[in-house]
Amino acid sequence: MIKYNDFVIRFANVNGSGSASANNMFAKALFRMGIPLAIRNLFPSNIQGLPTWFEVRVSEAGFVGRREGADIMVAMNAETYAEDIESILPGGYLLYDASKPLAKELHRSDITEIGIPIAAMLLDEFSDPKQRSLFKNVVYLGVLSKLLNMDFEVLSDMVHVSYRGKDQLIRPNIAALEIGRKYASDNLTSPLPLQVRHSDAVGDRILVDGNTASGLGFVYGGATVCAWYPITPSTSAVEAFESYANSMRIDKQTGRKNFAIIQAEDELASIGMVIGSGWNGARSFTATSGPGISLMSEFLGLAYFAEIPAVILDVQRTGPSTGMPTRTQQSDLLAAAYASHGDTKHVLLIPSTPVECFEFSAESLDLADRLQTPVLIMSDLELGMNESISEPFTWDDESKYDRGKVLDKAGLDDIERFGRYLDPDGDGIGTRTLPGTHPSKGAFFTRGTSRDSYAAYTEDPEHYVANMQRLELKWKTAAGLVPAPEIDTRANGEYGLIYYGTSALPMPEAIQHLKDAGIEIDLMRIRAFPFSEVVFDFVESHTQVFIVEQNRDAQLKTLLVTEGSINPAKLPSILYYGGLSITAEFISSELISFFEKTASPRISEVK
Amino acid sequence: MTFLAKPSVRHRKLKLNELGLSHRDYEGPVSTLCAGCGHDSVSAAITTACAELSLPPHRFAKISGIGCSSKTPSYFLDKSHGFNSVHGRMPSVATGTSLANRDLHLIGVSGDGDSASIGLGQFAHIVRRRINMLYIVDNNGTYGLTKGQFSATNDQGSTNKRGVPNLYASIDLVSVAMQLGATFVARSFSGDKSQLVPLIKAGLKHPGFAFIDVISPCVAFNNHEGSTKSYNYVRDHDSQVVNADLVLPQAEITTNYAPGEQENVTMPDGSILRLSKLASEYDPRDRLAALNYVQSKAEVGEIVTGLLYIDPDSSDCHTIMNTTEQALNELDESVLCPGEASLAEINASFR
Repeated sequence: MIKYNDFVIRFANVNGSGSASANNMFAKALFRMGIPLAIRNLFPSNIQGLPTWFEVRVSEAGFVGRREGADIMVAMNAETYAEDIESILPGGYLLYDASKPLAKELHRSDITEIGIPIAAMLLDEFSDPKQRSLFKNVVYLGVLSKLLNMDFEVLSDMVHVSYRGKDQLIRPNIAALEIGRKYASDNLTSPLPLQVRHSDAVGDRILVDGNTASGLGFVYGGATVCAWYPITPSTSAVEAFESYANSMRIDKQTGRKNFAIIQAEDELASIGMVIGSGWNGARSFTATSGPGISLMSEFLGLAYFAEIPAVILDVQRTGPSTGMPTRTQQSDLLAAAYASHGDTKHVLLIPSTPVECFEFSAESLDLADRLQTPVLIMSDLELGMNESISEPFTWDDESKYDRGKVLDKAGLDDIERFGRYLDPDGDGIGTRTLPGTHPSKGAFFTRGTSRDSYAAYTEDPEHYVANMQRLELKWKTAAGLVPAPEIDTRANGEYGLIYYGTSALPMPEAIQHLKDAGIEIDLMRIRAFPFSEVVFDFVESHTQVFIVEQNRDAQLKTLLVTEGSINPAKLPSILYYGGLSITAEFISSELISFFEKTASPRISEVK
Repeated sequence: MTFLAKPSVRHRKLKLNELGLSHRDYEGPVSTLCAGCGHDSVSAAITTACAELSLPPHRFAKISGIGCSSKTPSYFLDKSHGFNSVHGRMPSVATGTSLANRDLHLIGVSGDGDSASIGLGQFAHIVRRRINMLYIVDNNGTYGLTKGQFSATNDQGSTNKRGVPNLYASIDLVSVAMQLGATFVARSFSGDKSQLVPLIKAGLKHPGFAFIDVISPCVAFNNHEGSTKSYNYVRDHDSQVVNADLVLPQAEITTNYAPGEQENVTMPDGSILRLSKLASEYDPRDRLAALNYVQSKAEVGEIVTGLLYIDPDSSDCHTIMNTTEQALNELDESVLCPGEASLAEINASFR
C-alpha cells in the first residue's frame, strides 16, 4: 500500500560540507507542494567536520512535532553509519553512497538498502574535487525526487530561487539533480511505497523559524535600539532584525538608519545599553540564551526596581552551565522569572509558533513601556532555529504603539509637583519623564536604592514597604495585560493538561494518541507569566492537572505552586529534558501509563 | 541619611549666563560626602563649566555606577535627570542613553573602583565605541564606602592608613584610554579648579568620547603620608603639560595665558580650544608620544596633568553607525513600522 505525505526523512551529513542548502531545497520543495512539514537541524557546537543531521517530518495530518525513528535515512557520513542505520524504523529505507561498500555488520534485513555510487558518478562529471563534494548533496536530492515521486519542476525551481544572483551555480546544480534522477530511473525501483503528492493542507501558511519571526516582530514593534552579544541559539534573531531593518528602516532621502545596533562586549553591557535607552524612551531589546540571563541578572533587578522598560529575547538551550549549547530545553523559566537578588519578578511571554514569536516580540515592547519593567520572551532553540509551519504574519495598520505613562512638557506644565513613584491610577504604575523634557520640572534621580514616591533616597521602612507593595500591585496589573492562556475544555472532565512553548508542536498528535486510547483531557497552553486568574481557575476546576515541560525540575509547576499556593500533588509532571524536542509519543505514553497505574477511568469507559 | 535642599534665595550680584541663569541653576542639593572630599570639588567644577558654557541645565543626562563618586551626580545639575546605575556598568547605561537620544549632553561620573576594577571591561569598550559624552573618573585610589581597601589605580608601594603597602601594579586609566583610541584624554586634580574647569568645558564640547581622570583625594582613607593620591603628594608631584581654555565663538579673548607655546584647535561649533603648553616638547596631538611621556613620567613618580591628547578630527558612534540625526526616542510608528503592505511580500518569501 502506498503511503502519501507521511514520513520522517533524516539526512546525516558532515557539517560545513554544503549539505544544508541542498537539504533546505528538498524541504522547501515539499512545502511548495502544499505538504505540512517541520524541519529540525541537529548540529554540534562546531564549525566544520563534525556530524550533523537534518530531519524533515512530512505530515499531511499536520503533525509537526518531533517523532523518533527515521523512515528514510540518507546516510552521507560514514562515521555515523552505525547509529544512523540503527535509527531506521523496520520497513524503512537506507540511502548511502555505495562508492565504498557498506561494512558487513551494518546490514539490516528489515530495511531496504539503496546504495548509490554517488562519488563515482561525480568523478566523470566534475573535475574540481570541491564541486564534487558539494554536488554530492544535490545528486541524492535527484535520486530522492524520483524515489518519492516529487514534482521535479518544483524542485528545480528551488534551485533557481536558491541561487538567484549566483547564476553560474544554477546549471551545474540542475545537472547534478538530473544525474541523480537518471540514476534512479535506470537502476532503482521507483517510486517507493512512501511517496509525496500535491496537497492543499498548507493553505496560506508559511515556513519560517522563530528567530527570524522575532527579529521581524521587533522591527514592526518599533525597536530602535538593539544591543546584544553573540550566543547560540539567539544570534539569528538579531541578524534577522538587522537584515529587516536594513531593508525597511533606512531613510530613503538621507540614507541614515532609523535604528542602532551595538554588538556589546558581553551580556552585562548589552542589557545595560537596553536599560539606558529604555530609560530614555527608545524601544530597545537584546537577545540571548541561558548563560546571558545569568549575566544580566543584576541589571534585571535594577530595571525591575527602578522601573525601566527592557525587552529580552531568551532563546533557551540545554543547561545548566554551558550544557548542550546546540540542543533545546525549557529550563530558564525560573532563572528568568525571578532573576536578580531581592524580591524580584519578571514578566515572561512564552511563544509556541513563529507567528507568536513575531507577535510577542512586537507586543513585548508595548508591555515593557506600559508596565515600565523588563519583559522576557521565552523562546527556545527548537522554535528559534528550526523552520516550522506557521500562520502568516499580519499587522493592523490602525494600531498605535503603547508608550505607557510618559509625561511630556505640556503634561508637566499641567501638574503642580511631579512624583515619579506615585500611583496616580491605582494600577501600581507611576508616571515617568524622559531626560531633557522640561526646563524646571520632572527631573528625578533614577537609582537602584530605595526611594520615596518623589524619587528621593530613603531608608524609611514605611516608604520602602509602600514601594514594594506598589510593585506587587503592578504585578497584578501585569497579569491582566499579558497574553491569555489558550484553553480547550473539549473533554469537560476531571483531568487537565498544561503545556507551553514548543511542547505545543507535538500536542495535536499526542491528543490523537490519547483519544485512540480512550482518554480525553482538557488543555491549557500557558502563554505568559504572571498567571491570570483564568490559569488558576483551570487548575481549580480539575482534580488532576498534568504539566508537560522540557526541563528536569518542573519549573513551570514551581511557578504555579508558588504563585497560586497550589498543592503540588495535584500537578503531576511529564518531563522530557534530553535536549531534543519532546515527542507526542513521550507525552501520550506517560499519560497512558498514569491511567494504567492508577486505574483511573478513561472517558471511553465512563461513557 | 537626608538630603538638604539649598536655600532658594538668589544673591543679587550673582552673575548670569547667556540663558539668564546663574551658577545656582546648575547646582544640586548639598552633598553628603565627607567634608573636604575631592569629589565635591569636581562636582563644583562641573557646575561652573556647565554654567559658563550656557548650556540648558535640563538637557543633560548624568549617569554613574556605584561608589562615592557615583553618588555625586545628585549634587550637581538638579534640573537634569540622573541615573545611579550598577557598579562598574555606567558605560553601558550611558551608551544606551546616547543611542536613544543623541541630543542630550551626557556626563558619566565614575570612580577608580567603578572604572578600573569591576568596570574595566565596560570602560575599555565605551572608549572604543566613541560614545559622545564626557566621562569623568573621580580617582582616589581607594574604596571609600567599604572603608579604605586599595583600588586598582592605587600605585604599587603606596600605603594605606595603617602603613600597609599596595603590592600590585596600578592601572593608569589615561594610558588605557589613549591606547584604546579615545579622542580626548585629560588628567587633572580636584584641587586645581583653574585647570579642571576649562578641561570639563572642552570635554563637553568635544565631538565624541572625552575622558578626564581627576585625582580626587579621599580625606577619610587615602590622604595620609605614604599615599600617592593625597593632596600633598599630588601638589608636589603634579607635572602640568598642556592646559586648555575654551573660548566660545561669541566671547572676547581676554584670558591671560601663562608663558609657553600656544596653539588653537577649532571645535565643531566654532569655539576655540586654546592650548597652552607648559612642557615645550609635548605634542597633545601625537598619541604615541603622549602615551610614552605619561608613562615615562610615571616611572619617576610624576603625575602628568592637563590635556594629554586630542584628536581634532574626532567623530562619534552615531556618525560611525550612520544613524538618523533625529533622536531615536522621538521616532514614531509612521517611521518605525513598515506596515501590513510589506508583510505580504515577507510572507511570500516564506512560501
